[in-house]
Amino acid sequence: MNAIVCVKQVPDTAELPKVEPADVAEGRSKVTRVVNPWDEYAIEEALLLKEAHGGKVTALSLGPPEAAEALKIAVAMGSDEAILLSDSAFGDGDALTIGYALAQAIGQIGEYDLILCGKESVDGNSGLTTSTTARYLGIPQLTYVVKIREVDFDRRTITVERLVEEGLEVATAPLPAMVSVIKGINEPRYPSFRGIRKAARMEIPVWGIGDIAGLDAEKASEAGAAVRWTNIHKPPGRAAECEIIDADSVAEQASILADRLLAAKVI
Amino acid sequence: MSVFVWIEQFKGEPVSLSWEVLGKARELADARGTQAAAIVLGQEVENIAQQAISYGADTVYLAGDATLTDFRGDPYAAVIKALVEEHQPSIMLWGGTSRGRELAAAVGADMEVGVAADCLDLQLDDESNLVATRPIYAGNILTDVVFRGKPQIATVRSRVFPMPEPDPARTGEVVAVSAVLSEDDIPVKVVGLEKATEGEMSVADANIIVSGGRGVKGPEGFEPIRELATVLGAAVGASRAAVDAGWIPYPHQVGQTGKTVQPDLYVACGISGAIQHLAGMRTAKVIVAINKDPEAPIFQVADFGIVEDLFKTVPALTEALKERLG
Ligand SMILES: Cc1cc2nc3c(=O)[nH]c(=O)nc-3n(C[C@H](O)[C@H](O)[C@H](O)COP(=O)(O)OP(=O)(O)OC[C@H]3O[C@@H](n4cnc5c(N)ncnc54)[C@H](O)[C@@H]3O)c2cc1C
Ligand SMILES: Nc1ncnc2c1ncn2[C@@H]1O[C@H](COP(=O)(O)O)[C@@H](O)[C@H]1O
Repeated sequence: MNAIVCVKQVPDTAELPKVEPADVAEGRSKVTRVVNPWDEYAIEEALLLKEAHGGKVTALSLGPPEAAEALKIAVAMGSDEAILLSDSAFGDGDALTIGYALAQAIGQIGEYDLILCGKESVDGNSGLTTSTTARYLGIPQLTYVVKIREVDFDRRTITVERLVEEGLEVATAPLPAMVSVIKGINEPRYPSFRGIRKAARMEIPVWGIGDIAGLDAEKASEAGAAVRWTNIHKPPGRAAECEIIDADSVAEQASILADRLLAAKVI
Repeated sequence: MSVFVWIEQFKGEPVSLSWEVLGKARELADARGTQAAAIVLGQEVENIAQQAISYGADTVYLAGDATLTDFRGDPYAAVIKALVEEHQPSIMLWGGTSRGRELAAAVGADMEVGVAADCLDLQLDDESNLVATRPIYAGNILTDVVFRGKPQIATVRSRVFPMPEPDPARTGEVVAVSAVLSEDDIPVKVVGLEKATEGEMSVADANIIVSGGRGVKGPEGFEPIRELATVLGAAVGASRAAVDAGWIPYPHQVGQTGKTVQPDLYVACGISGAIQHLAGMRTAKVIVAINKDPEAPIFQVADFGIVEDLFKTVPALTEALKERLG
């Protein structure tokens, strides 16, 4: 079983409020960066499949040179290989250019049965990137997966449970397939001591835009982007101060609160 | 040059968010002086086509086919792509549900055009191009998305646009279209639906949410929360701590790795207000915090707070509301 996991390096969720619009606009980062939380579930799921079926897990990321740190975590958790796509020529891409570049790189990595990824990134929040990759690769995608029921390598099919608004949908797809995972699918392991040592010694290969055979540089770079972000700003803060409702008894407090809510016309 | 809206359905029932989006599409089409068209895909969904007209569609493209019964990205995207190629809409909108997001990504990638996901506002610039405002960095930052090329695709979050009033007297045209893929060409098969969340209100579209956190102390601690929710006609939400402890299932989780919600009223009971929880609910119109720790960060975003044991306050609030709401 060969799995490729798409890993994005993102700001630590606890530090997101410290991200300033100007940092986003200029593409710099002053906050601690970690593996996108959903991608940790994807890495764990790949490792569980490898433990069950044997094979190899390759972590793939597109980002600045520092994104190698996220790949090192994937290796420390147990991934066999990692590849970083990094080149200033990628520029300020969007889901279309990054999804395309990931697809091209996956084509170059070669044989795979599954591509695992997260439901969305905590900075981009769109979930578009990997769907785009799947479309470029021409492989089916199973989104919002909370459980992989079975991967049948003889029949070459995968059966999963997907969390949709109305409940759990059971779906199947032929391999190779792209699977995007959500929280609840597993409990990501901590990197092992041996893994950390291996990751520290590992030289992670970096592929530039010219290292991916057949890649159309324009489609993978800013020039190929279909959207642009403008007017990047902080949301308006919550205006009001909190009114702490104090009274002699709990019943009285509750009555006052109920009246406030009626007055605010929210009930 | 028109505005297209995909009307999502599940087992023949339209998803109400679709009407919110259609209402906005009607407004944008009127501003551009163009038509608003609805796309209805499924099996035996003619009645949804009629409803779409009453909610503001001038034209409905209706594809009824067994391959379209359950949502699947491939056959749905194929019909939409064919419609786009034939009619060249400028803007395409639909709800940012699990299906809506997948469909937008597929159509965007196939047509190599841009998508703005989960938008909070939609406007037109001077040239009638779409400008879509969306949250990034888990709602800590907002950005306007501008597009190159057409169609310009956006998915919309629940409850950001008002539900339009249907007008049964409105007239429009229903155009039958065919499915593009046959079952053999569709890789994904839907085997079935399990553990349907029927009867339980989803936090995503609730007007009111009452949530419990680690402070409820156990699965039975959600009982008073549910009673309050029942009186208010509210959905029950939860913090990740409560979900991780196994007291309540994941679909109830609000926050960064759960649902992002935008109710009129959010009542947080025994929830400290961690950044990741706030990311999911801070755009609620009114926030109430019930927590025995006056220093809990939830009070920094709350409009009303009660510093007390939730096991006393929540039942008292349920009583007070019963008296008032009958
Ligand atoms: C990557 C990542 C993603 C995350 N995603 C989410 C997410 O989606 N949603 C989410 O909620 N969290 C998320 N978290 C977790 C988040 O950081 C907090 O750990 C979590 O929200 C805490 O839940 P809590 O407020 O219920 O528990 P606590 O922080 O333990 O707070 C419990 C509160 O209950 C109060 N309390 C206790 N007993 C009573 C009582 N009898 N009456 C009244 N008050 C009482 C206490 O004073 C305390 O303030 C995420 C964390 C990470 C790292
Ligand atoms: N730059 C990237 N490198 C590798 N994987 C990525 C990258 N961006 C997004 N992904 C993958 O795509 C998923 C969805 O991200 P997004 O489309 O940004 O919300 C993430 O969870 C990752 O698995």
